[in-house]
Amino acid sequence: MATLVLGSESAIPSCLMEPTTTLDNEQATELVDQAEDFVEEELLVEEISIDGMCGVY
Amino acid sequence: MSTTNPAVDTTEIAQPTEPFSATAWRLHPRVALRPEPFGALAYHYDNRRLNFLRSPDLVALVKSLQDHPNPAAAFDAAGLEAHRWPAFEQALRALAASDFLQPMDAAHR
Amino acid sequence: MTALTEQLKGGLDAPICLTWEITYACNLACVHCLSSSGRRDPRELDTAEAKAVIDQLREMQVFYVNIGGGEPMIRPDFFELVDYATSSGVGVKFSTNGSRITPERAIDLAAMDYLDIQISIDGADATTNDRVRGQGSFQTAIDAMDALRDANFGPFKISVVITRDNITQLDEFQALADQYGAELRLTRLRPSGRGVDSWHELHPLPEQQIDLYHWLLAHPNTLTGDSFFHLNALGDENLPGLNLCGAGRVVCLIDPVGDVYACPFVLHDDFLAGNVRDAGGFARVWQASDLFTELREPQSAGACASCGQFDACQGGCMAAKFFTGMPLDGPDPECVSGHGELALAGVGIEARPESTSNHSKPVTVTLGSTRR
Repeated sequence: MATLVLGSESAIPSCLMEPTTTLDNEQATELVDQAEDFVEEELLVEEISIDGMCGVY
Repeated sequence: MSTTNPAVDTTEIAQPTEPFSATAWRLHPRVALRPEPFGALAYHYDNRRLNFLRSPDLVALVKSLQDHPNPAAAFDAAGLEAHRWPAFEQALRALAASDFLQPMDAAHR
Repeated sequence: MTALTEQLKGGLDAPICLTWEITYACNLACVHCLSSSGRRDPRELDTAEAKAVIDQLREMQVFYVNIGGGEPMIRPDFFELVDYATSSGVGVKFSTNGSRITPERAIDLAAMDYLDIQISIDGADATTNDRVRGQGSFQTAIDAMDALRDANFGPFKISVVITRDNITQLDEFQALADQYGAELRLTRLRPSGRGVDSWHELHPLPEQQIDLYHWLLAHPNTLTGDSFFHLNALGDENLPGLNLCGAGRVVCLIDPVGDVYACPFVLHDDFLAGNVRDAGGFARVWQASDLFTELREPQSAGACASCGQFDACQGGCMAAKFFTGMPLDGPDPECVSGHGELALAGVGIEARPESTSNHSKPVTVTLGSTRR
């Protein structure tokens, strides 16, 4: 069986390269505090195929 | 002439050839940006790819990129909170990887 | 469901892409035709009216339109309209049976920008295909593919409606697509249009649906038009796509006489939102029609609320339920958990709606039965 491509619900994971911005301790703490915002912002860009919507033939 | 509707396949996303952080980027001229309540829809007329930009802040930032020598300068000018920089950088890298952003000095492809 | 899909269920100010059937005329008479095409409707939009629609699509920033019919290339102004659209910034894909793609036409098409082509077949060989699409139709499609290849058109799409008979040919379809450097597209059969008569004989069996789900997961590059999201209830992994019904929310249909329906699979008065000839044109219908406003309101899970799979399958396809006479707030007739079969068994034939838009020619292809 060929390798299955994993992906979250309908999103194609955005390019997962290492961010080059470094965070100091204060920023890291802020990051944890803003956990809810951060989760939402993990999917800032979602790609969907132009063919990937139901209702066209 | 048809152009390829590229496979939605993470292993084949092209890596940008320029050092990302040191480049002045701009929205690819063949990309249409359509405002939506959640941010914007972005469609690339050449490669047929469709991206949802899920933050109005990201949309504004993308439009502002061409006015700055690199992404960090654009983040700074936009007053983007430090804890949001990684997610925004990731987003811009994703857009660059699918050709939605191009370097300012790129010849029009 | 992500927050994004929840937002899309509430509709957008403009469709993302949509289907536009530009004529009901067709040289074929496929047994399962979703638009019951065959005869041109005398009220067809004329060239000027069609261009006015394109103008509105451009203003609304619709990126992409799927043009079909009937057989769209039969319209004398076909190339003029496609050119007008692509020059206006509206990308075009058109679906065709290939009968009008001669070598000369293929060269013209290869010179056009922002254009995709989709060739329809329903079998990997003539026997399987022609059974539903008519004698000679497979060869016609192959000839069109040859013409496109020889004209260096580039990658086109081969689109198949999955039936009980062709579902065993998935690897052959892939091989055919690979042979031409084409993209394979597999879509779901709905009991729509003429399909209402043959759906019960043609739709895949439950065990075949399981095979299809796994095949699609193993071939993630295969296009589906997001038409198999009801299969997501079969496993933990969702097929690629928005996984939601786009009708009246992100897509819709414009028919040859300008009627706007929620999607191509519900050509019925109950799903008619308005007409592009009405004041305000297509934009007004999309943004303000009662039907679309209603579809954009939160939909109840109804009888599916207690099922753990509802998140994955969203209750399936509105059109499949409607044309099999089943309630819209209940299981899909092909519900993978079997909830549809039970409900379907209780539905009498008289409860099944018929298409209110029928342009079939008097003589139709049948599946070997004596029924019309």
